Amino acid sequence: MSEATIVGRSESSHAPPIDRPKIQVVPLWGLPVVGLAVLFVALSIGFNWRWGLMFNHVVGGGLWTGIDLFVGLVIGPILGRLSIPARAEFSARFMPKMVIIMPTVVMMTLATGFQVARSQGNLLASSPNHAWLIVSFCVVGIMATVALGILEPANIAVLYEMNKPIPNGQLIHRLMQRFVYTSGILGIMQVATLIIMTRLGSR
Amino acid sequence: MSAHDATAPAHEVDRPLPPIGYLATASLGLVVVGGILLASYAPRVAPLGFATGLLIAAAILLLTARALLGRLKEFAWGAFATVFKWALLAYVITAGMIEFAFVHDHTRGSSLVIVTFMLVIFALSVPTIIAFTTARYADPR
Repeated sequence: MSEATIVGRSESSHAPPIDRPKIQVVPLWGLPVVGLAVLFVALSIGFNWRWGLMFNHVVGGGLWTGIDLFVGLVIGPILGRLSIPARAEFSARFMPKMVIIMPTVVMMTLATGFQVARSQGNLLASSPNHAWLIVSFCVVGIMATVALGILEPANIAVLYEMNKPIPNGQLIHRLMQRFVYTSGILGIMQVATLIIMTRLGSR
Repeated sequence: MSAHDATAPAHEVDRPLPPIGYLATASLGLVVVGGILLASYAPRVAPLGFATGLLIAAAILLLTARALLGRLKEFAWGAFATVFKWALLAYVITAGMIEFAFVHDHTRGSSLVIVTFMLVIFALSVPTIIAFTTARYADPR
């Protein structure tokens, strides 16, 4: 991400603004990939394409769970111990990618997951998997509310702040703390998702 | 000097604003609960009374957030509009995909109406949260 900017050590509220390249909040190179993913999901649902549904659900879910676990339980704690400039530099390169990757893999997973559950009869109240499925809905619902209501707005606000001529380090620190804690919560909830999904798959 | 020292005055960060983000997040939470309720009954019809109650409560919370937002004077409306429109585009696509799945699964009648309105609230609440969180720290001038 060559367009990333860095909150440098020389920046202070009294220093003149530094001429820096702007961060691209939404990386444009990713949009065609997102478009293809949306099309693939829509076609898989529209034509009841079993392989397409399973591919999107397994690949999307695997990436979603893996990224959440890695970010929440590995990257997050490391990020929390870095200096503010180091955090800002990392975030400037990392967060734009997350802005485009996470909504895409979540959309792939959820839209096709419901169809997979329906086609396998797991939605039926008589199915032995029904209760596990409802628990997975609840886990996903909590994760969606935390991610969409807290984590994603904080990500975008950090990127916006970094694009200012003189970024506010205190604000970036506060928003990054929100990112660290919520990604930790999501990582822990993904452990529940792993238990539920492996349970469903082994019945 | 670290960037931690490179801060604007604290009052700029802690500018008191109405609880717009909380209201929009609560609205989102209610439609998520409603969505779980409807999905957990599929392919049967869910008890629509409770789902309708959640929908109405979510709509009231979001409308309150919008009303409070409209009363703000010192606010970065430019930043809000920029973020809101792009986030709206993204979440309209997401909501459209969910709507498509429900229609494809033969959801009809009152259930489809409730799902559709819940998705409208979903597609409006998330951009409101993102845009408000961004704009509250942006320069109002």
